[in-house]
Amino acid sequence: MAAALLRRASTSPSASLLRPLSGRLFSSSSDESVLSIETSVPFTGHKIEPPSRMVDTTPKELLSFFSDMALMRRMEIAADSLYKAKLIRGFCHLYDGQEAVAVGMEAAITKADGIITAYRDHCTFLGRGGNLVQAFSELMGRQAGCSNGKGGSMHFYKKDASFYGGHGIVGAQVPLGCGVAFAQKYNKEGAVTFALYGDGAANQGQLFEALNISALWDLPAILVCENNHYGMGTAEWRAAKSPAYYKRGDYVPGLKVDGMDALAVKQACKFAKEYALSNGPIILEMDTYRYHGHSMSDPGSTYRTRDEISGVRQVSRERDPIERVRKLILAHDIAPASELKDIEKEVRKQVDDAIAQAKESPMHDPSELFTNVYVKGYGAESFGADRKEIRATLP
Amino acid sequence: MASLQMAALLSAPSTPVPSDRVRVGSLRLSASSSSAARNGGALVVRSEAKVSGGGASARGLSLITHAVAEKAAAASSADSKPGHELLLFEALREGLDEEMERDPTVCVMGEDVGHYGGSYKVTKGLATKYGDLRVLDTPIAENSFTGMGIGSAMTGLRPVVEGMNMGFLLLAYNQISNNCGMLHYTSGGQFKIPIVIRGPGGVGRQLGAEHSQRLESYFQSIPGLQMVACSTPYNAKGLMKAAIRSENPVVLFEHVLLYNLKERIPDEEYVLSLEEAEMVRPGEHVTILTYSRMRYHVMQAAKTLVNKGYDPEVIDIRSLKPFDLYTIGNSIKKTHRVLIVEECMRTGGIGASLRSAIIDNFWDYLDAPILCLSSQDVPTPYAGTLENWTVVQPEQIVAAVEQLCK
Repeated sequence: MAAALLRRASTSPSASLLRPLSGRLFSSSSDESVLSIETSVPFTGHKIEPPSRMVDTTPKELLSFFSDMALMRRMEIAADSLYKAKLIRGFCHLYDGQEAVAVGMEAAITKADGIITAYRDHCTFLGRGGNLVQAFSELMGRQAGCSNGKGGSMHFYKKDASFYGGHGIVGAQVPLGCGVAFAQKYNKEGAVTFALYGDGAANQGQLFEALNISALWDLPAILVCENNHYGMGTAEWRAAKSPAYYKRGDYVPGLKVDGMDALAVKQACKFAKEYALSNGPIILEMDTYRYHGHSMSDPGSTYRTRDEISGVRQVSRERDPIERVRKLILAHDIAPASELKDIEKEVRKQVDDAIAQAKESPMHDPSELFTNVYVKGYGAESFGADRKEIRATLP
Repeated sequence: MASLQMAALLSAPSTPVPSDRVRVGSLRLSASSSSAARNGGALVVRSEAKVSGGGASARGLSLITHAVAEKAAAASSADSKPGHELLLFEALREGLDEEMERDPTVCVMGEDVGHYGGSYKVTKGLATKYGDLRVLDTPIAENSFTGMGIGSAMTGLRPVVEGMNMGFLLLAYNQISNNCGMLHYTSGGQFKIPIVIRGPGGVGRQLGAEHSQRLESYFQSIPGLQMVACSTPYNAKGLMKAAIRSENPVVLFEHVLLYNLKERIPDEEYVLSLEEAEMVRPGEHVTILTYSRMRYHVMQAAKTLVNKGYDPEVIDIRSLKPFDLYTIGNSIKKTHRVLIVEECMRTGGIGASLRSAIIDNFWDYLDAPILCLSSQDVPTPYAGTLENWTVVQPEQIVAAVEQLCK
């Protein structure tokens, strides 16, 4: 995935800056040598034998984890500033702290596998191959946005990468995700769908309904609970009688994973994909944490202490996903610390350039209000009063 | 213009009444026909509004864009196919069967649609024919199976989701409103949702309040959704096929009491236009707009009205969203008086929206205020007499027309 970083870098004017960097990237280990690294904590299984703690990875992959997560972190922090500058309006839910889930999942699957998530979707979109300019344009409501600027922060989609969004209503995306899994089984695609939801959504009835149907029909659906321990302002122990979300599938097996460890996430997703393709649904609980509040209107400190937040971030506690990967890279001599700092600087520049480019994208023409309400086809045009006057030409 | 004459007793019996009959319980109406253009072996009639620039005929399909059943007059051609007679639920099944055969991505999801054959027999026999993966029995979980239908539609499947009774789909309202109606827009056009959501609704025979709901009024403001209501076997089959082929999400409203209507429909394949209204009975004095079961109450009232000397024009609007303001407008320009007869509640029903649409667009053509007869704003009572008073009865329609035409 270092190649992905190069690809993104090439959209910025200073693409040449990165090329000499790649030459010095790998100091002692070769690109593809396999490293076996132990996850932070062992997996806990519910009605299933958990996979091994030892994860196979390569220096290239670790570096790609680092740069991808740094990019995601930088994007979210930039979105924070843009929101405060009133360039992003409405709701903006930030993912910083949870990047390992997006990145680890991508490492285990292909673009044929589907991902669907709720409103904290900016980083998942990037992971699926979306680019920064599209993301920022969408956040600022411009035409170059991934949903033409008409969706907003909660509605990022990328059909060609099987990213099904981007949904505002808590829990409603899980039946949709099971429906995508149904279609994958119907078309015999040999792919799976990851339906992500949070600890707050885990109490939605439609989740259990969808899980029941998926288990009955043996659908390749993987339900992933990103447990950041707070459903907006309500701590998990105040919302759920049983906060062991991986066990709540009852007859459906579950796995509890340290969601701040990208390698553990990768191992779990790989394991889940193999399981789901032959046996039906499985639940993954990612134990993770968000640094920001629920959204930009939530300071995030009324229901938890600042000490708790900084406690999770501290390098010594090894929970921050980026710091963990940085330590691994340094410990295995994959790249010197200065390289990593350079990557972070480069990422910062990319994000700034993307924001500048997004700001130049035009705002909408009023006629675009009516586009894409209906799909043109088989007598479905948006007619005016006398049926001959077409109010808007649909694409 | 050809028309389906629903009340044979209205016209002077100079032309022999053919044997085709549409039976509504004890009410007997019959259908007569007039000539239509024939194009080779297929009936292809183009309505004035161009539909997708001839894309349908490019597929070699006999798209009948005209709203009503067309049959060649017996005199004009010797090789007229007599068609076949069937009940409305069988017509729906035929339409569904033909589409499932034609397109492997069409599947049906609902409670008891598979092994049981459907609570109104619309899907009877389909599970044995197409297998459990295409005709899916779901548990009683409307919210999630509607969501799953929408999710699979996002990938390109064409599910037909059945609500055993439309009222149950209130549990899936979030999925229908937010995901079904809006996903095409909020994804910037990336995802299409070619889903069909169908089921019986309306006031039945003493089914009780919760099983007698009319959801068209609740769904009508969801942007991105199309709504149609079928009323005869002919338009049931045509609308079912059109809804399945449409790239937009379509909600097809059937009525519990209309499933056993019998009619003769053509043997040839035909698909109707989703946005077109049906001219049931042309007239001069007043435009009566109606849909679904109330069409039959209107036609019953029309018999009385004709005897009293009135000439009502009856239009079955069929398309509840968007309204076919073209057909409706032409009628209003002719008659200048409008009566809307619907089964929805008075408050916020289809009639209310139709009324304001007519006022917005055709105010200058009106000679009298628009009258709207709707069901009362009460939960439907169980008691039979009370239930009858909840919905519009033919006597009320007659009185309303008399008042309009004073």
